[in-house]
Amino acid sequence: MTLDAHIPSGPIEQAWDKARFEMKLVNPANKRKHTILVVGSGLAGASAAASLGELGYKVRCFCFQDSPRRAHSIAAQGGINAAKNYQNDGDSIFRLFYDTVKGGDFRAREANVYRLAENSLKIIDQCVAQGVPFAREYGGMLTNRSFGGAQVSRTFYARGQTGQQLLLGAYQALERQVHAGTVTMIPRTEMLDLIVVDGQARGIVTRNLVTGELDVYFGDAVVLATGGYGNVYYLSTNAKGSNATAIWRAHKRGALFANPCFTQIHPTCIPVSGDYQSKLTLMSESLRNDGRIWVPKQKGDKRPPSQIPEDERDYYLERRYPSFGNLVPRDVASRNAKAVCDEGRGVGETGLGVYLDFGDAINRLGEHVIRERYGNLFDMYQRITDENPYKVPMRIYPAIHYTMGGLWVDYHLQSTIPGLFVAGEANFSDHGANRLGASALMQGLSDGYFIIPYTVGNYIATHKFAKVDESSSEVKSAVAGVEQTIDKLLSIKGKRTVDSFHRELGKIVWDECGMSRTAQGLEKAIGQIRALREEFWQNVTVPGSGDDLNQSLEKAGRVADFFELGELMCIDARERNESCGGHFREEYQTTDGEAKRDDEHYSYAAAWGYGGADGKPMLTKEPLEFHYVHPSQRSYK
Amino acid sequence: MKLTLKIWRQKGPSDKGKFITYQLNDVNPEMSMLECLDVLNESLIERGEEPVAFEHDCREGICGSCGFMINGVAHGPLPATTVCQLTMRHFKDGQQLVIEPWRAAAFPLLKDLVVDRRAFDRIIEAGGFVSVSTGNAPDGNTIPVGKEIADRAMDAAACIGCGACVAACPNASAALFTGAKISHLGLLPQGKPEQDRRALGMVAQMNTEPFGSCTNIGECTGVCPKEIPLEVIAHMNRDFWQASWKEREDLVQTIAPVTSWSNKTKTKS
Repeated sequence: MTLDAHIPSGPIEQAWDKARFEMKLVNPANKRKHTILVVGSGLAGASAAASLGELGYKVRCFCFQDSPRRAHSIAAQGGINAAKNYQNDGDSIFRLFYDTVKGGDFRAREANVYRLAENSLKIIDQCVAQGVPFAREYGGMLTNRSFGGAQVSRTFYARGQTGQQLLLGAYQALERQVHAGTVTMIPRTEMLDLIVVDGQARGIVTRNLVTGELDVYFGDAVVLATGGYGNVYYLSTNAKGSNATAIWRAHKRGALFANPCFTQIHPTCIPVSGDYQSKLTLMSESLRNDGRIWVPKQKGDKRPPSQIPEDERDYYLERRYPSFGNLVPRDVASRNAKAVCDEGRGVGETGLGVYLDFGDAINRLGEHVIRERYGNLFDMYQRITDENPYKVPMRIYPAIHYTMGGLWVDYHLQSTIPGLFVAGEANFSDHGANRLGASALMQGLSDGYFIIPYTVGNYIATHKFAKVDESSSEVKSAVAGVEQTIDKLLSIKGKRTVDSFHRELGKIVWDECGMSRTAQGLEKAIGQIRALREEFWQNVTVPGSGDDLNQSLEKAGRVADFFELGELMCIDARERNESCGGHFREEYQTTDGEAKRDDEHYSYAAAWGYGGADGKPMLTKEPLEFHYVHPSQRSYK
Repeated sequence: MKLTLKIWRQKGPSDKGKFITYQLNDVNPEMSMLECLDVLNESLIERGEEPVAFEHDCREGICGSCGFMINGVAHGPLPATTVCQLTMRHFKDGQQLVIEPWRAAAFPLLKDLVVDRRAFDRIIEAGGFVSVSTGNAPDGNTIPVGKEIADRAMDAAACIGCGACVAACPNASAALFTGAKISHLGLLPQGKPEQDRRALGMVAQMNTEPFGSCTNIGECTGVCPKEIPLEVIAHMNRDFWQASWKEREDLVQTIAPVTSWSNKTKTKS
């Protein structure tokens, strides 16, 4: 199989304009004859559904939560990047494009990233017009803050709740279309299979999470905007409900899965405190603007931070990376935190933590300025840890936060199944091997507001749609498959809970396919995951029935998919014999411990085909070409 | 620490439901309230019983999914905190916690602690937006917004839609929720053109749903995890009455023209 990314020829600055001009249009009167299914209601899903509705398509939008406003985009704190250059500090579309390609360690597709940087301008305009209350200067103009991996201030924010405000903007646009009758919102509903008829995505099988009923919805195109798969690790900053089931079931129907091992560890999370822990809480990267990261110079120094004098502290990021300092990209910051903790210099009871200290900033700017900038984050920290970060340095440790990998898509965000589009974190497209801070919100909205509405239209205009209904064999077999899985999960009646399996799976993947990886460790992990999966299908216990609200059953189905996906992550990580971005293979590092890429052999996106339950996944490579940003050893020193 | 949890259990909307008491002997004070329920649920599943259904998602206090009454207080005793961020160290060893769902006619119960809050979506649908389709927007800095206004709008926009305000209100009124959105958008220049329509539409929808009326008791803002100020209700009332008054003038003009001048028929001919 060869992959065609459909990147327009010619200069990159004109690529998207050219592509849009070449796209076929759908007559306004015909749009309402086409149904489009949008699965997920986060930034990408809600913005896509709203925009498609505005164009006049008949849209059905699905989410598993009780309301589209709950999607986990809401938890993004720090901000959204845009190359507005409002600060007059030398930003431009090209610089945002350059920073993103470099930040992604040269494993993203140039044309996609350029378009993302272009769209960033329109996103801010759109959100401001919707009434998103971005932070302002006294003169009324929009203000910015800095973020990791960039030397310009291009991040727009709404206190520490930027994701919430952007999502509510998209949600309100969505509700406006619900009111207008173009979008039907179907909450508390989970997609459990994709229906592919004559090679085209034509519908989905869903389960109503309240009544347990299985339903089939048909459409002429399906947009998956169901987020990432960080919950494979059990402990992550994702919401508890975030899952990979929709993309994984689509993968099993033929959509290739790209770069599954590219996962992002966020450097600033509240450290784990006990076995009962259900999730990890992120402290926004924006804190690194004013906080200084340090550990004691001495191993095992158990003195409280206030009693460690200045000259016995190691500000290791400032020491090792003088030009970026505390604002190095996430992968670099995370790896360095792990390194100092591995040396035995970690802080806190578990020794798995480093200090993020605001003492200097408070002395320089005053507590009120810090409160203004980060007040809600400091409050949250204090609520969870019972420590006052205005007085005592925060303790932080890296945690899984985002997954750059996802379903493979071409320039049109179409997967390898015609008619199946993938938007936001669910696709693999823009961040390569590492995502820069404040770029996830940008990508979700770029995909949803400004790409999907065009490319889905082009697909509709250039394809014919034969009638499909419940009687077709593809539909019957998809529904029967879903029924079987549910019956099987309920009938095992073993001894272990779903969560206990999930926790164990997460630990395996975190240990061997987390912040650093080795071929040997990955091999071991693959064996362990397979054995654990086998045990799961024989010994899991799922109480209750399939006919009502059954949260254990929902979890069981999701964890069953995490097993298969976790294995693929390890296989992909084992296959990629280089270090790049978030993928750090211990065998491949420079003498001073930085990631060592192998552009000669691994400058490609690894797109995997489903290999059956015990089969071998098939690898197809999409070579990456760099015409504008020349791959170099990433240096933030 | 030891805790006694007295939890409302109800199989479905038509089931009668009752309190069941559970004893927890090994609660870590660092746990969140929801993690405490996780631990209880794990033990229930292991005993072959059905776990307690409760709503949750982000567990960072921002998605608005979680929420229930603890000893009669929505989201429990700590101010500005949702149950997912309420750590057990705020309770005393040996304490009894009575846990029950939001109780309001507009939030029908689905199971145990899970209620249906779609009435909130319908209120937003009735006008809680700025009508700007994708692609319509001018440059973001075209309309300056004073910092004070932007900050006040943000204070109102911080609402997470959890429903604690309704649950805490003796009237089960949704005035704080509705007022928050009307204030957020009404304060900003972008929201001005639709200020009247929005207030009329959203208040009408709020009144259609089985929420009670606001009698300015203030329980809502007291339990609100985002501390939405009570003034948003005053803002809503002001916008609503202003809009109603303008509507009335329109009615007078269109229904009963006094002279040919007043409905401008003369210029038309």
